[in-house]
Amino acid sequence: MAARHRSTAWLRTLTLVFISMVLVAPLIAFLLNAFARSWFYPHLIPQQWTLEAWARILSPQSDVLQAMGNSLLIAGVVTPTALLVGLPAGRALGLYTFRGKRLVEFLLLLPAIVPPLAVSMGLAVNFLRWGLAGNWVGVSIAHLVPVLPYTILIFSGIFNQYSLEHEQQARALGAKSWAVIWYVTLPLIKPGIVVAGLFAFLISWSQYLLTLLIGSGRVITLPILLFSSAAGGNNLTIAAQAILFTAPALLLLLVTNRLLSTDAVSGLGRL
Amino acid sequence: MSSADRVSSRQLVLLLAPALVLVLLLFGGGFAYSVLQSLGWQPLIGRTTLSLDAYHNLLFAPAYQEVFWSGLIFSLWVSTASTLLSAVLAVLIALLIHQAVQRSQLWSFLFQFNLPVPHLVAAIGMLFLLSQSGLVSRGTAALGLTTTPADFPVLVRDTSGIGIIIAYVWKEMPFIGVIVFGVLKSLNASVVQAARNLGANGWQRFRYIILPLIAPSLLSSSLIVFAFTFGAYEIPALLGVRYPRALPVTALFLFNDADLNSRTEAMALSVLITLVTSMVIGGYLWLRGIAQRLG
Repeated sequence: MAARHRSTAWLRTLTLVFISMVLVAPLIAFLLNAFARSWFYPHLIPQQWTLEAWARILSPQSDVLQAMGNSLLIAGVVTPTALLVGLPAGRALGLYTFRGKRLVEFLLLLPAIVPPLAVSMGLAVNFLRWGLAGNWVGVSIAHLVPVLPYTILIFSGIFNQYSLEHEQQARALGAKSWAVIWYVTLPLIKPGIVVAGLFAFLISWSQYLLTLLIGSGRVITLPILLFSSAAGGNNLTIAAQAILFTAPALLLLLVTNRLLSTDAVSGLGRL
Repeated sequence: MSSADRVSSRQLVLLLAPALVLVLLLFGGGFAYSVLQSLGWQPLIGRTTLSLDAYHNLLFAPAYQEVFWSGLIFSLWVSTASTLLSAVLAVLIALLIHQAVQRSQLWSFLFQFNLPVPHLVAAIGMLFLLSQSGLVSRGTAALGLTTTPADFPVLVRDTSGIGIIIAYVWKEMPFIGVIVFGVLKSLNASVVQAARNLGANGWQRFRYIILPLIAPSLLSSSLIVFAFTFGAYEIPALLGVRYPRALPVTALFLFNDADLNSRTEAMALSVLITLVTSMVIGGYLWLRGIAQRLG
């Protein structure tokens, strides 16, 4: 009985090791390709290594650095905007019950489920008329569509477990509303702000289709550059760009693994 | 909680207004304009009469019919296969991790780690791994199973969408898995132990205790996966072929056509894609409503 138990435990571990390898395999392929000077079939690892791709990325006329700059600029504008808009909405949904709450919730979360194609095309045509197509301002505004549902969801979860008592005590002691917000509310929900902010950043950072349609090919972010490399570039360039594009997401998971709830982690799957 | 329930409607409006206005304006407005354009509203080229011509063209006109129906079948096949495979594998692996006595923390972390990897990167990863001279093909060569790249099956840019399905399963399986694993963690172990003591075998414990508990979250996460894979662009665009082509790829192709007339069909096609996913999600919510009323 014990022997059988031990052998099934082994089988389980073996299966899990295999699955983990499958999950990690693409990243290994990126790491090998990003440093491979020559790597002929059927060699399992490159025959000659090089830092050429990285030297090119760091050179002054690098298109990758410029694309990363655009990505950072857009995500840097989207993140605080989404926090400012999402926090109050999440507070209303998490703390209070009111008539029509289900409908409001449904409307605010809908952009997370509906395929982005139709909405993005309609926006692209409209933004063209308003002068918002083909520049980073329009792209940033459009990114709010996929970003907002998640920030609202995270804040509504936070406020669901939030007690108003501290705010009431502060007010009873004579604190003004800004002081209550600054010294009581914000410190209490700080972990929620961090998670929602990281999410907003990552969702904006990962947008391809929306950026392509609203940016009309003139706003070159990292995913736009990566996609066109993937459609017809060399493996060295593609792999290096893919690593740069994925790194923030993986860093986030490493740093915040303990902060994230199951809901929040599963939200990452929609990038 | 009683004090929390008291809030003035003015306060509520102030809290919710910015988010609601933005979502209604950008999401609602964008979608409404797509619908309008799909009905032929194109003031830029002087068309302001509304009709269902574009939908009729997609479904029946020789120029679009073939692309539409083959694309619909292809997209349905890819989404169904990806969703079912991801769901089954996710449950199996979540159970394995749940039962692993040692290092279950490590496994669940490894399981989560590809969640934040963007879909675009998943597609490129599959190109590197599964192309005929990719890493897996080199692995089979090292094992003596193949001798030239041509011996390795065509798995990316293949006509039956195998590469697309593999990329989706790689990306979505952990998504469903993390949700199922969350439910399993909250499962009361003594119930399972009691069933074991009463003589229930492994399959019976799964079928009558675990499955009913995970079913709601398994179903809803699988539906999200179906809806997503049916409407997503990046993976089929990079791993697919010209014919048959997934509907979202065709929609974008028509949208970017130099001839502005095909923009109407592009909009109609993306509205139809939204319609299919809404029907699937609506059907699920309706069935769940019936099930809840029945008890």
